[in-house]
Amino acid sequence: MKIAVPIKFVPDLVEELTIDSNGAALDTSWLRFIINEFDDHAIEQAILLKERAGAEVTVICAEGDGVDDILFATAAKGADSLVKLTGDFGGGINSHAAARALADLFKESKPDLILTGVQGHNDLDGSVGALLAEYLGMPFVGYVAGVALSDGKAVIRKEYPGGIIAEMEIKLPAVLGIQAAEQPPRYVAYSKINQIMKTAKIEDRALANLDFNGGATVSRMFKPKAASQATMIQGSPDEVAERVFGLLKEHGVM
Amino acid sequence: MEITLSPLSPSISKTFYSSLHELKDGERIRKCLQCGTCSGVCPFGYFMKYPPGKIIGTLRAGVFDLVTKTDSIWMCVSCSACSAFCPTQIPITAALMTRVKEEMILEGKVPAELQTAFKNSQQYGNPLGESPRKRADWAAGLRPEVNILGKTRQPVDVLWFVGDYASYHPRMVAATKAFAKILNALGIKFGILGPEENSDGDSQRLAGERGIFEMLARKNGLAFKKYQFKEIITTDPHAYNALKNEYPALGISYPVQHFTEFLCQRQEQIKPLLKKEIKAKVAYHDPCYLGRVNGVYDAPRELLSAIPGVELVEMAHTHSNSLCCGGGGGGMWLDGFQWEKAHVRLSEWRVKEAMATNAEILAVACPYEPPRFEDATKTVPNAGGLKVREIAELLAESMGI
Repeated sequence: MKIAVPIKFVPDLVEELTIDSNGAALDTSWLRFIINEFDDHAIEQAILLKERAGAEVTVICAEGDGVDDILFATAAKGADSLVKLTGDFGGGINSHAAARALADLFKESKPDLILTGVQGHNDLDGSVGALLAEYLGMPFVGYVAGVALSDGKAVIRKEYPGGIIAEMEIKLPAVLGIQAAEQPPRYVAYSKINQIMKTAKIEDRALANLDFNGGATVSRMFKPKAASQATMIQGSPDEVAERVFGLLKEHGVM
Repeated sequence: MEITLSPLSPSISKTFYSSLHELKDGERIRKCLQCGTCSGVCPFGYFMKYPPGKIIGTLRAGVFDLVTKTDSIWMCVSCSACSAFCPTQIPITAALMTRVKEEMILEGKVPAELQTAFKNSQQYGNPLGESPRKRADWAAGLRPEVNILGKTRQPVDVLWFVGDYASYHPRMVAATKAFAKILNALGIKFGILGPEENSDGDSQRLAGERGIFEMLARKNGLAFKKYQFKEIITTDPHAYNALKNEYPALGISYPVQHFTEFLCQRQEQIKPLLKKEIKAKVAYHDPCYLGRVNGVYDAPRELLSAIPGVELVEMAHTHSNSLCCGGGGGGMWLDGFQWEKAHVRLSEWRVKEAMATNAEILAVACPYEPPRFEDATKTVPNAGGLKVREIAELLAESMGI
């Protein structure tokens, strides 16, 4: 059983986001990048499957600041192979280009199961998994929160809005968009990561001729304007209560 | 001691036990009398399935697995009371409790809250998960401007290691500003590392994440090397402990003082500046890593006594027998976990002790404490009138700055 987990890095919201002078993208000069949270869950799910049924887990990520550390951390959790995609993509890779590049890679390595975060918080379009499945001719299920493997099949739990969960069976190979792993991503001691850095190898794969076709073009990026400000009600508790009561009455709530 | 007929995994016990003997004074564990003093003096001992003495018992019996199967080690706040009172002088905190936590972390058994603090420390260099770029934001608006060494590159006399909570915690920023004003009033030529400062890492170390501690220490060590200063001072007893007792073993060695020691030496200069009377009974809380671990008891008391109007009173637990605020050894990041287990808070216990002295002010000298004790004054009945003040805040108030 070969499991591949393509992950990506997204802007860290701990830093304030600013829009660049062209007004159609984030200013990347001060941005800090972290692993996309859903991808972290995809890694956890892959490791859980490996522990349960045995599998060879490969984690793939495009190069960037902090990527090596995250790849080594996944190795410390139990990933078997680490792949870093290299190339000239300073301007970012859209989902279409990423899916095409990954599809080429997977046609070669032939994984039985591809787990990826259901979406990234930077674009929220959730298209990598679906596009990848299309290019590879595999079935795709998104919003997955649980996977069990048996005899070339996967039984998966898919989350629907409104608290409904469906259990479905698909044939492998398949692509799953992970919403949440069955347990929160595990903590791995820093000393273990340090240790594995000495032995684990990251395989570089050069990406040439990325095809960005099909992606959306951002025409304008801006911060939403605050609609209206809240009013703070001053006074003694009784006066405040009186005023709140009056307002609720005025708006027909009471 | 629980009686186990079939020892679980004697080899693990044996390997772990002998690894403890290799630590500084660790061989003293062999001399444990099983007297139970450690478990009795431990502020959370009565909630632990395996308090320190019992852990030593499991090691001797070859059933240490029993300990790591429970999560009772996470009640340990590394306050060092066990180590201070052990009649055999076993370094229980350093050579046993911290090591058990390390084992738990290696096994991946880490409470979720603690994981977040560790991940933040790794990613941002502070356990709060704040942007490192904002580490000196507390100084905005202060005049004269606080000297951030990376910007000015000026040699200074004193490097002030500000620390995590003093830099970022909204309650603590007031105390941090007060101390900056005091340094200016005394004409001290000081600087800070600002964005280049990382967490001192001591609480992460005591919570069992030695790897992160070493990583943070190395980063701080590199930053120290870049600038010229004569000594380091810090408002954080945990940073003080790390810089004084732990960093030298990693080759990072500078003279270091807690701010209360530093100010105490300048008492003659300070006294004439303390003009405003603060008429109040003041109970002083000894922080574990300033008092019990590093023996600094008098400097904070001398400073408080120098303030006109202050009447210093002592609480039931004082000096080497001081009671932990609950924030040490990872306790700062285990509030939910410990509350779930114990339904008591050490900070509330301490606030009750302060009230018993009829103190109007609870004075502190560690950035973990004001938020913890202030929260406790809100939950302990009738404690709302007790004010929690950092010594630097009281000094600045008396100086009228």
